[in-house]
Amino acid sequence: MKTQKPRRYGMVIDLDRCTGCGACMTACAAENNVAPGHAKATPRTGLTPMLVQRVSNGGAGADRREVFIPVTCMHCEHETPCVTVCPQQAVELDKATGIVNQMPQRCLGCRYCMTACAYHARYFNWWDPEWPVGMERTLNPGVAVRMRGVVEKCNFCHGRLHEAEDKAAAAGKAEIDPADYRPACVEACATQAIVFGDLNDPASDVRKASRHEDSFRLLARLGTEPKVYYRSKQEWVRGLAERGQQEVRRG
Amino acid sequence: MIRGLCFFLIGVAAIQVAGWVGLPKALYVTKAQPFEYRHKTHAEKSGSAECDGCHTLGADGVFAGLPKTESCAACHTEPQGKSAAEATLVSSYVKTEKETPWLVYARQPANVRFSHAIHTKRAKLACERCHGKHGESDTLRPYQENRISGYSRDIWGRSISRWKRVANEGMKMDDCEGCHKQQGFDTGCLSCHR
Repeated sequence: MKTQKPRRYGMVIDLDRCTGCGACMTACAAENNVAPGHAKATPRTGLTPMLVQRVSNGGAGADRREVFIPVTCMHCEHETPCVTVCPQQAVELDKATGIVNQMPQRCLGCRYCMTACAYHARYFNWWDPEWPVGMERTLNPGVAVRMRGVVEKCNFCHGRLHEAEDKAAAAGKAEIDPADYRPACVEACATQAIVFGDLNDPASDVRKASRHEDSFRLLARLGTEPKVYYRSKQEWVRGLAERGQQEVRRG
Repeated sequence: MIRGLCFFLIGVAAIQVAGWVGLPKALYVTKAQPFEYRHKTHAEKSGSAECDGCHTLGADGVFAGLPKTESCAACHTEPQGKSAAEATLVSSYVKTEKETPWLVYARQPANVRFSHAIHTKRAKLACERCHGKHGESDTLRPYQENRISGYSRDIWGRSISRWKRVANEGMKMDDCEGCHKQQGFDTGCLSCHR
């Protein structure tokens, strides 16, 4: 009996294509059973495993330039900070897929991982998830709902990987068809700005895109080896990569 | 002194008995299925003893679980006999087109991902490996629900202490992991959780 050889799932987001429409955020919430925001939720306390951030070059008038940067879990590969700090072993870097897994059932809610994450890609469930009456029927049965008091984040729509594995197993195949596994944000993007796939596969589009001269990673100097890449032909956008979030916000 | 020791030992024995005999009984509540169902009769009448004749696994790897009422309605538009189960099935579910709220012995918690496709197709495990000889049974055995967790007793297994556990008994995470480790399979959290 064979199991699939190790993969390293990653994505490349083309910022020159991103229109900031937010379809990825909506698709992410729908796919992963993220409840509608609580009345008291703020950008810090709400749940946005995929968040489109708007950044400008600080110029005025004709000199002003803006870019939308979709930020999600970067699935850091080296000394993954959230894995390192978790006292519960509730986070792990899956060797088989390269995906950084969060186990909400093990999480005690200390939020060390949120502090450790350089990308602010982790979110805490401050309230019980609640859906308006009738909307609970839209819940995705392949993803468990998280309770109040635990941290959650992007896991590259792991439920979709399960579906692809089931399909491959039913067909008697050991390996999944790469076309069967695409996260919701990738599927929803109207401008096809996000390329997703196995970075280990020499033939994959994502590997080629990640090695393009225009591609870069956020805060690469930290050495955490993120598997989410960005690309842009604009010099100033590439220059944002090494700046901290506070600096970027100040413009 | 001796008398006091006797009382003490009797007390310890009484607590042990209460804990090991009484508590497991109190922990589980026996619930009745909506109506009687006979796997054996259905296998005989349909001429097929294959589980996946009714509990189908789709080409997309999605396991259908229990058949829908419309499958029952293919034969049971009218009661097939005079039993109470027939009357209940036809009047409460077939006529009203409602799904039967079966109590599922092997139902796992919502955060567990179990793939029938992988276990039956790739690993070639027989259904009986986990479900026993349920398909040949002539009656639905009592369903016991844990009062605290709400899960079926099959998840923990018959024996509360799990001492001298019968093979294949229980479907706890330890049981899954034990086999996966033995077989040398990946035991990453999200392989089996969702």
